[in-house]
Amino acid sequence: MTMIFGVPLAVLSGQLLIGIINGAFYALLSLGLAVIFGLLKIINFAHGAMYMLGAMVTVLMFDTLGISYWVALFLAPLVVGTFGVLIEYFLLRRIAGQDHIYSLLLTFGAALIIQGVLVNIFGVSGLRYAMPDMFKGGMNLGFMFLPYYRAWVIVAALLVCFGTWFVIEKTKLGAYLRAGTEDSQLMQGFGINVPLLISLTYGFGVALAAFAGVLAAPIYSVTPVMGSSILIVVFAVVVIGGMGSIGGAIITGILMGVIEGLTKTFYPPASSAVIFLVMVLVLMFRPSGLFGKEA
Amino acid sequence: MNQSVNSADIHKAIVEQQALQDRRKMMLNGALLLLLLAAPFVLYPVFLMKILCFALFAVAFNLLFGFTGLLSFGHAAFLATGSYTTGFLLSNYSGLTTEVGILAGTLASTLLGMAFALLSIRRQGIYFAMVTLALAQLVFFFFVQSEFTGGEDGMHGIPRGELFGLINLEDNLNMYYFVLAVFIGCYLLVQRVVSSPYGQVLKSIKQNEARAVSLGYNVDRYKVLAFVISAALAGLAGSMKSVVFQLASLNDAHWHMSGEVILMTLVGGMGTLLGPVVGATFVVNVEYQLSQGPLRDWVDPILGGIFVLTVLAFRSGIVGEVQKFVKKNLG
Repeated sequence: MTMIFGVPLAVLSGQLLIGIINGAFYALLSLGLAVIFGLLKIINFAHGAMYMLGAMVTVLMFDTLGISYWVALFLAPLVVGTFGVLIEYFLLRRIAGQDHIYSLLLTFGAALIIQGVLVNIFGVSGLRYAMPDMFKGGMNLGFMFLPYYRAWVIVAALLVCFGTWFVIEKTKLGAYLRAGTEDSQLMQGFGINVPLLISLTYGFGVALAAFAGVLAAPIYSVTPVMGSSILIVVFAVVVIGGMGSIGGAIITGILMGVIEGLTKTFYPPASSAVIFLVMVLVLMFRPSGLFGKEA
Repeated sequence: MNQSVNSADIHKAIVEQQALQDRRKMMLNGALLLLLLAAPFVLYPVFLMKILCFALFAVAFNLLFGFTGLLSFGHAAFLATGSYTTGFLLSNYSGLTTEVGILAGTLASTLLGMAFALLSIRRQGIYFAMVTLALAQLVFFFFVQSEFTGGEDGMHGIPRGELFGLINLEDNLNMYYFVLAVFIGCYLLVQRVVSSPYGQVLKSIKQNEARAVSLGYNVDRYKVLAFVISAALAGLAGSMKSVVFQLASLNDAHWHMSGEVILMTLVGGMGTLLGPVVGATFVVNVEYQLSQGPLRDWVDPILGGIFVLTVLAFRSGIVGEVQKFVKKNLG
């Protein structure tokens, strides 16, 4: 058997695969945070709760209405995104002129409510979601076994990430968004409906989190608390990457997933902490983050 | 003729007004002190001590959040470091007197605070919140994996021991008066810090950091010191808490705790001295009352609701609103 640094190749590539998949989730979530941060200048503390809602909605739609995975892939982000728009419209908008710290605290409170209510209804043990039939099994790549679903998660996450990057960086709508970030008053003067733009941006960022939730439903255990632990990791990823660029959020997310996977192979006890350690290093040597622009 | 109103008269009136205000304040403080001294004869001392520990925690947090404008989302790390260090020392070295254990816990979180501050101080606003949250999570992982903390089970049966080797703290009344003395000492310390020239600089940093820089203040140094004092007092709160309850657990280190202290400060009134004390009393009571009733499973969402309401409707908190009311109606 091929060995690399004393570790069988199959084990190493297996952990790498898991790392890339986790990285895909980090990328989707930090991308959503970056999009929301770009226009609203707030860190959405409810992002983990929205990710969890995406997964919960997927499971519940299947259990009660028999709605399939493929439909859920579009419907769940739509439902959760609408919920996000409502939160923006009824809550966040009311404190728009205040210090951004207040909107952070507001989303934190909202996350406590959402998570707490669902814990009471569903408990903290996981709900099961059956793998869609077409994803059962996998293929043998010679050096490792690649389950179809895991391959799909990577492809889907990358497609959505690329699509978001493309829309924001290359289209007219994206130009409005970026201009709104620079100077929202001037944009309003040009006849762009900035409040609507803000609502939709929040909804879209939240929908990205929900999309990650749908992808996660068949492979992770779906519980009301699944969002809170991943959110803190994603915060660390965001600090490492810096909020400067959409592309940076994606690359850093995947990179951190891979580093986590490698640590799990070579020194398992540190695997849950390694991303935070990287963050400490980045803060010491490059405080604005790997892709950050602000000083 | 109004020439009779000369500046000396005005000056005298101002001085009298000031003296009246001071007398009122003195009387209010005296009444509060009597109330605190008499409280354990009416209410359960351990519950009162819980309030005092959390009040100290919130006062410490408020020095940073309310007066300097830095939102730390990782203060649980200091509370837990204090409580684990003290718990470990008192459990394993029976020769130590209680105050040594508590001082060691405070020192440990002071050092941790210094490390946190040096890493995070260059980031501002929400970045600062994220960095402190992530650093605290690192500390949480450390406590989860370390042997000495007892992991998920926590540390039980920490001996209260004897203060200075003389006063038996197993007695709840003795323990209460000790906690009260420490609390009042820390409260006065924070009051002193806030009203000192140093405290004025902190407030100016909160209001307009760029201007403070342009006036020549080394802003980072002021912020680091504020962070370290805050971490030390938070650690002291944790140390005392572990002695009072004879227990240290992962709850203290969880980010949930960091959120709770923010809530206490916000509800009570950030940037006021008394606010965090009122807020801690309020939150501890709400949690206790809820846990006794049919809503015991709904503590989290209700706290979240209080969070949202406070942010939306009364950002200056209980004490802030009362101050506004007094100013408006009583001149």
